[in-house]
Amino acid sequence: MFLTLGNWILPVILFFIVFYGMLKRVKVYETFLDGARDGFNTAVRTIPYLVGMIVAINIFFESGAIKVLALGLEPLFSKLGIPVEVLPHALLRPLSGGAALGVAAKLMRQYGPDSLIGRLVSTMQGSSDTTFYVLALYFGSIGVKKFRYAPYIGLIADFTTFLAAVYIVKVFFGYR
Amino acid sequence: MLNYLWGGMMVLGCLAAFWQGKPELIIKASLDGAKLAVDTAFSLISIITFWLGIMKIMEETGVVAKLAHALAPLIRWLFPEVPPGHPAEGAILLNLSANILGLGNAATPFGLKAMEELSHLNPQKDTASRAMCTFLALNTSAITLLPTTIIGLRQNFGSKNPTDIIIPTFLATLLGFSAALIADYLFKKSRW
Repeated sequence: MFLTLGNWILPVILFFIVFYGMLKRVKVYETFLDGARDGFNTAVRTIPYLVGMIVAINIFFESGAIKVLALGLEPLFSKLGIPVEVLPHALLRPLSGGAALGVAAKLMRQYGPDSLIGRLVSTMQGSSDTTFYVLALYFGSIGVKKFRYAPYIGLIADFTTFLAAVYIVKVFFGYR
Repeated sequence: MLNYLWGGMMVLGCLAAFWQGKPELIIKASLDGAKLAVDTAFSLISIITFWLGIMKIMEETGVVAKLAHALAPLIRWLFPEVPPGHPAEGAILLNLSANILGLGNAATPFGLKAMEELSHLNPQKDTASRAMCTFLALNTSAITLLPTTIIGLRQNFGSKNPTDIIIPTFLATLLGFSAALIADYLFKKSRW
């Protein structure tokens, strides 16, 4: 039911915007072109920022440096009662949406979507965002190089969301 | 901070590859990453062009102004630097609405538009303004009502109840969102 709802939202919104525009006698096509004009430049301006961010992330992952970091964090995870299997996802999530989704899929195939790990990784994926990608993209589009405290806020939010997800999933689904 | 983070990932990544005797990994990872970044930017061209066109129609019909007017007190409170009636208001609200509904690919163009409008208000163009930091705090931790991608994935893997994670997801995202707002408030007060 939710899936079909998800499929309907955007088309219905689109229909109402154009329909309402015509009712109000807006020149819909010409107005559309006015708004659409800047799309190209905005996207192209983000290229250096995205290349910088994604290259560093890729090197960090492909070289195996992330595995060393994960190895270091494992004892802390088990001490806090967090399944260590979700550690790669927790580390990846702020950096790369696609990679995190890949890990989530792998864990669900391995442990089943209705296991503690499956539910936990689903909740983690759904409740957080790709903080560094968003920062690079949004600041890149307007040429901001000094991010000030924005990355810290993003990381504080990600960390809170992660701990909350662990606790809430355990309580909500009645895991010990 | 970003200089250290970026440099750290590059340097540690290179060291890890050297240590394993696989230096060739580094150039491959760099070029793959660069290609992915350019592909991402180019796929954004179509999405941004389309949604900003649609947004202009919304502006012309007055829908955006009505939305901004209805939520003006919230905007005043979160973004005291944005003057009432400024075009940034509408873009911020559209971005947050799209985020909450889980409409990822419509949210980004509105967000980029909001940044552009906030940039007009920013005296130091290369440095993030407070309003921009607040906007990113809202954006990266935005409350999610319908995590559609993950529900689809759960269904694919044969979950008995793919939507049973909606409430936990909502609660977790709500806590993260609150933490982001509190952190933003404290950073602002610290005159960073």
